[in-house]
Amino acid sequence: MKAKETKTKEIQSVPSKKGEIHPMENLLRMDRMPHIWCPSCGIGLAVTAFASALEKANIDPDKISIVSGIGCTGRVAGYVKLDSFHTTHGRPIAFGTGIRVANPKIKVVVFSGDGDLIAIGGNHFIHAARRNIDMLVVCVNNFIYAMTGGQVAPTTPLAAYATTSPYGCVEPPFNIPYIADSSGAVYVARWTTLHIRRLINSLAEALQKKGFSVVEVISPCGMYYSRINKLGDGLDMMKFYHDNVEIRHGEDTKNLDIGFQTKIICGKFVDRERPSYMERYNQWLSGVKGGSRDEG
Amino acid sequence: MKASPTDVLTGIYYIDGDVAAGYGALAAGCKLVAGYPITPSTEAFEAMCRMGPQVGTVFIQMEDEFGSISAVLGAVWSGVKSMTITSGPGYSLMMESIGFGAMLETPFVLLNIQRGGPSTGVPTKTGQADMMQSRWGSHGDYELIAISPDSPQEMFDYTIKAFNLAEKYRCPVMIMSDECVGHMTEKVVIPEADKIEIEPRRFYKGPPEKYLPFSPDPDLVPKIAKAGDGLGLYITGRVHDERGYPVKNEEFKAKYVRRLVDKIRLNKDKIIELKEESTDDADVVVVSYGISSRVAVKGVEIARQKGIKVGALRLVTVWPFPDEKIIDLAKKVKAFVVPEINYGQIVFDVARCCHGQANVVLIPHGGAGVHNPLDISDAIESAAKEDKKIEGVVEFKTRLEKIVFERGLKFKE
Repeated sequence: MKAKETKTKEIQSVPSKKGEIHPMENLLRMDRMPHIWCPSCGIGLAVTAFASALEKANIDPDKISIVSGIGCTGRVAGYVKLDSFHTTHGRPIAFGTGIRVANPKIKVVVFSGDGDLIAIGGNHFIHAARRNIDMLVVCVNNFIYAMTGGQVAPTTPLAAYATTSPYGCVEPPFNIPYIADSSGAVYVARWTTLHIRRLINSLAEALQKKGFSVVEVISPCGMYYSRINKLGDGLDMMKFYHDNVEIRHGEDTKNLDIGFQTKIICGKFVDRERPSYMERYNQWLSGVKGGSRDEG
Repeated sequence: MKASPTDVLTGIYYIDGDVAAGYGALAAGCKLVAGYPITPSTEAFEAMCRMGPQVGTVFIQMEDEFGSISAVLGAVWSGVKSMTITSGPGYSLMMESIGFGAMLETPFVLLNIQRGGPSTGVPTKTGQADMMQSRWGSHGDYELIAISPDSPQEMFDYTIKAFNLAEKYRCPVMIMSDECVGHMTEKVVIPEADKIEIEPRRFYKGPPEKYLPFSPDPDLVPKIAKAGDGLGLYITGRVHDERGYPVKNEEFKAKYVRRLVDKIRLNKDKIIELKEESTDDADVVVVSYGISSRVAVKGVEIARQKGIKVGALRLVTVWPFPDEKIIDLAKKVKAFVVPEINYGQIVFDVARCCHGQANVVLIPHGGAGVHNPLDISDAIESAAKEDKKIEGVVEFKTRLEKIVFERGLKFKE
């Protein structure tokens, strides 16, 4: 992350030579750099992967709305040069549902953290999956509430420390792919920020998918999760991912629990077809005058 | 701009206030309704789900009130007009996003069919106890508009007006109705589309690279845009500058939050609608809104038969509050009588504007019913006879309170 930050600053301070621009300048708000993320944080990598996936999927950026909630990952919307919505805590999926249902020409991407999407916004998550709203949800999971300084999250592994679990987390965490799968998502994958190439491919694939797609991105939080649990810095976390991630495509999502410093199973777990909300709506209301809407 | 003929269900109906408000929203061009069922507002949502698809309005029942108001905000930013419908407990849940909507300067309408509170209260019966919540419910400084209709016909008419005000001032507009008006069935005339005036959205039409989503016009209201137009919108609930980018120093906060407040306060004259009757030579003026103003008509009539000079001031627009009107009347009248179905909310704003120049009498009502017109006429009568100035708000002892507290109430009753 550090290297990227310096590069960004260089671009701002030194007048660039003709034709020399940041390779992602068309998708990033360079006037908002430097960003707020800490050294060793993985959110920047997730954003880079997303920007690459957008190019790879060849989708018109003007037709994409990116919606975030509150938290570290909640800031993503503000750094991406798309129609960006930084909404209230927990509500990006509901906000995105409004955008998509009212204007089906817009592709909605919800980019937010585990606390925002699974704790305070958990209800919207399962219901959007049930309805199969056309939407890609990128859930960056860093196992902790980092923006507020390291409190326990619904994804904090059992026994891990946080400022509000000072004796070790007593609550078992949610298994995000399992919730998504059982609620009806049509595409579910999990990667870490180490698996950039696979993450890009997965995001590009999910972007083209019709229906509710979820990509969980396991990300290091060097400032809080690693520090409080004495796991080293961002690089140590990356090494941990390197040594402990097992890729198992098509694995039953029941088996994807993450324990404290245990093996993390990554891969694409679900890829299926199911009529989306607007498809059913249009089909069933096609007999009513004015009932159906054009889809983009 | 005139309403679209395809949106207006022209005709003469015998419907309740909830349904009339739903038809009003459709006529105003509402293209997405998101709601969550809650008594006594459900009929409005049902009516929009039933009739919406026939005029091209999409409906979605969300998983909770957080979801329904968030979907409404999303829909507005995708370019359509949108409304949500709720009551008491649901209204409380929506507070955060009302502030969010005010901060984003999002034009949307919220229909609150008030019921008895607090908490679950008396879900099936009336109340007017959310009035202060509608003004102060969300955290931080903001201003919005609240309207209080008193009949099914007005529910239709003022829902259209609510949409127009929302578009004009880019702010949330609350329709603060109540169970009585919502469930009252009367004749409602829906005119031809060309008789209905609609405020179009203030879309930005200039060059994309010059667009500043929060740069105000001379009336302090900025032009709006929508997602999907290639403008690269950045919309955040954080205090933001004209580009929409977050700022956190006190100078910027002073500038941008000030405008959120001022765009309503300085346009008050254009926003406020009052219905005033015989206040010119009145000794006592009854200030009321919603269903209470309908009941007050009878009370005023009885008092007049007794020879008392009484005027009536009906607050169609409750927020922003008509300070100047009350200040003006306070110089001329002996007293204000304020019947409301709560233990004192709007009455305190009346007292604030009086500056002790006139007495202020509250006729309270705990809810689950409406005032007895005889209480209103008695309150008018005693206020007219009162010669000394009384500081603060005087509470009138109603017949209901006398029965309950003097005779006592047994559980089986």
